[in-house]
Amino acid sequence: MNETNPTLLVTSSPHITSPITVSKLMWAVVIALLPAFAGSIYFYGVKALFITALSIASALLFDALGQRLFGRKITIFDGSATLTGLLLGFNLPPNVPWWLPVVGSAFATIVAKQFFGGLGHNFINPALAGRAFLVASWPTQMTTSWLAPRGGIIPALPSSALKICTDAVTTATPLNVLKQGSKLVLPDCNPQLLYEQLQSWPVLKNLFFGSTGGCIGETSALLLLIGGGLLIATKVIDWRIPLSYLLTVAALALVLPGHKAGLLNYTLFQLLSGGLMLGAFYMATDYVTSPLTHRGRVIFGIGCGVLTMLIRLWGGYPEGVCYSILLMNVATPLIDRLTPPRLFGQRKAK
Amino acid sequence: MFKFHGGIHPREDKEPTRLKPIEVAPLPQRVYILLSQHTGAPSKPVVKKGDQVRTGTVIGEPGGTISVPTHSSISGVVADCVELPHPLTGRPTLTVLIDGDGNDTLDDTIKEQNHSQITPQEIIAAVRQAGIVGLGGAAFPTFFKLSPPREKPVDTLIINGCECEPFLTADHRLMLEKPGEIIAGTKFIAQALGVERVYIAIEDNKPDAIQALREAAEGTGFRIVQLKTRYPQGAEKQLIKACLNREVPSGGLPADVGCIVQNVGTAFAVRNAVSFHRPLYERVVTVTGPGVREPKNLWVRIGTPVKNLIEFCGGYQGEPKKIIMGGPMMGIALGSDTVPVLKGTSGILVLNEVQELPEQDCIRCGRCIEACPMGLAPTRLNYSIRAKRWQQAKAEHLLDCIECGCCAYVCPAKIRLVHSFKFGKAEIARLKV
Repeated sequence: MNETNPTLLVTSSPHITSPITVSKLMWAVVIALLPAFAGSIYFYGVKALFITALSIASALLFDALGQRLFGRKITIFDGSATLTGLLLGFNLPPNVPWWLPVVGSAFATIVAKQFFGGLGHNFINPALAGRAFLVASWPTQMTTSWLAPRGGIIPALPSSALKICTDAVTTATPLNVLKQGSKLVLPDCNPQLLYEQLQSWPVLKNLFFGSTGGCIGETSALLLLIGGGLLIATKVIDWRIPLSYLLTVAALALVLPGHKAGLLNYTLFQLLSGGLMLGAFYMATDYVTSPLTHRGRVIFGIGCGVLTMLIRLWGGYPEGVCYSILLMNVATPLIDRLTPPRLFGQRKAK
Repeated sequence: MFKFHGGIHPREDKEPTRLKPIEVAPLPQRVYILLSQHTGAPSKPVVKKGDQVRTGTVIGEPGGTISVPTHSSISGVVADCVELPHPLTGRPTLTVLIDGDGNDTLDDTIKEQNHSQITPQEIIAAVRQAGIVGLGGAAFPTFFKLSPPREKPVDTLIINGCECEPFLTADHRLMLEKPGEIIAGTKFIAQALGVERVYIAIEDNKPDAIQALREAAEGTGFRIVQLKTRYPQGAEKQLIKACLNREVPSGGLPADVGCIVQNVGTAFAVRNAVSFHRPLYERVVTVTGPGVREPKNLWVRIGTPVKNLIEFCGGYQGEPKKIIMGGPMMGIALGSDTVPVLKGTSGILVLNEVQELPEQDCIRCGRCIEACPMGLAPTRLNYSIRAKRWQQAKAEHLLDCIECGCCAYVCPAKIRLVHSFKFGKAEIARLKV
């Protein structure tokens, strides 16, 4: 019984594995974003398609370049670079110049991802890092290149509101109007009227369905929720991060001071506007840059929510989703350290 | 019932053998009986080349406190006693080779016992003398588990009929075909331990076995517990948690929470040992997998070469790529089909298609942590082991790992986590960290 058969494979158990692979997970997120992508093409036309496609193409190219540069295996078809490019494109205003997504993708894939060791080793979300880099470097292009969505106008206010406050047209996104509020209103006009218009049901409806000015991928809360729900149902992402994120934003909208025209309307306005849905479901849930354990993920989501609201209410920018997630990305190693899983048979402390 | 954390739902793949009655495998011409088939000290040989032995004759005596005797599984002549590599560990192990005479003459000591009154001590002695070890896979000497230290009072016995490993149906068939004997064995175990509370735990994917044991256990007061089908439901600590909501402390034993777990196959063997003084020389083995032409459940003599069983099952289907002793989650891949069946061998699984994807870097998805029934963070442990930070691996509770394989099963990056943990444990033991 000594002879061994050289054609037999002798490896460690387990001898079966689940069919899920990294690549399948990445492509699942890409697929979940397709409804929102279709929506953005519907709302902003071919320009949205062009910018997003350019963003994806350059993400693939620069990811491959970065992998080549560091002597790594070229794995650009695993869906990860596609996802980064797609998300970066979704985070850009629709009317940006063509080179902006290219530069952003280069930063996202080479600097944020490959410099730190490639997929799995980046400490911040590459797409958000790309966006933050663009906002810091070309603030004008990143904050004024808005387009009116189909079936809506900039800044998504009913025309009655525009008569109240003539200056609002140039400020584009609803969060911008909320932030700049009184500055937009002509001297003899009451800003409260503007806030009421902003948080009125027709505007909330537009925010939900998508005919509101904003970045390419963030306009339709509905389409983002469909994809996000799909990802949660198929257990691609954990519900804890989006839920704790959204609940924190809602809770803070209720209790913190703000230009409120009714508690419910204001809370819904905070939930539906800006990049919150896109961020909560698709970017805060990025595996690599979010905590490992359930408890850690709840802390992460709450942290994102708190930072988002602090930036929206008192920060220098009208929107805080991008920076809040980036800041919590940086806090992730610490959260991991503080929230180890509960060991089986751990004696309970008396 | 209660729930343990983590676990997975792999494809069950029990269909090929689930409905097949246990057949008796033909007597092998030669058996290879290892003197170390159990956890603890190996047996010491008491036969030499040329000795006549019968089925059930002692060929090895206990080699220490935690050790059991070893018996011949056929009648015939001792052909040799040599060191051969252990099928599971590869270490040289003293092995007795016996050439059969084809008669299967039973040893004189095997006969129906007529004890109207038997004491716990007599049960424990009979169990030890019969060489019984845990038949669920770990092969820990059963007599030792039946004599827990006085300071750890045991109030509950759990008979484990979960058989949560995919593909395997040996326990399932035994429960269907020998429910009365299992209950009789359970009574002896309960008497030896002096416990009144007895649970018989079975996963809900075996309703027929639940029914059979429920009927057989009528009037005994034993409770048949139906558990959710979830791997590793049959792992000792997880089973205790599911039945009693008690957690065996880290580094501890079931007796620390007043509990003893025995496999259904062990209970059957105990009944044979106590009622007939019949030693453990045969067991049920499921021979299955896509690489076997006619998968079967078999009564197999200990020491039968795996090859014989596969031949009896119609031979290989296609070219075998992997032969596994045990189930697909925790079984050991064999380097050859000439190795013999051990007391702890519950199945022989042959795969003719093996797709081992290359390892990728961890993407920190956290699935391993969600799946780990011991509450470990496999991905972090793996980093500690790769960096050879043994102290840290220990602090992260590497030694609590039960090697169930849930983490590696769910890992989308296909990282060989169990391989890493086995290596880490061996290094910690070797370096005495």
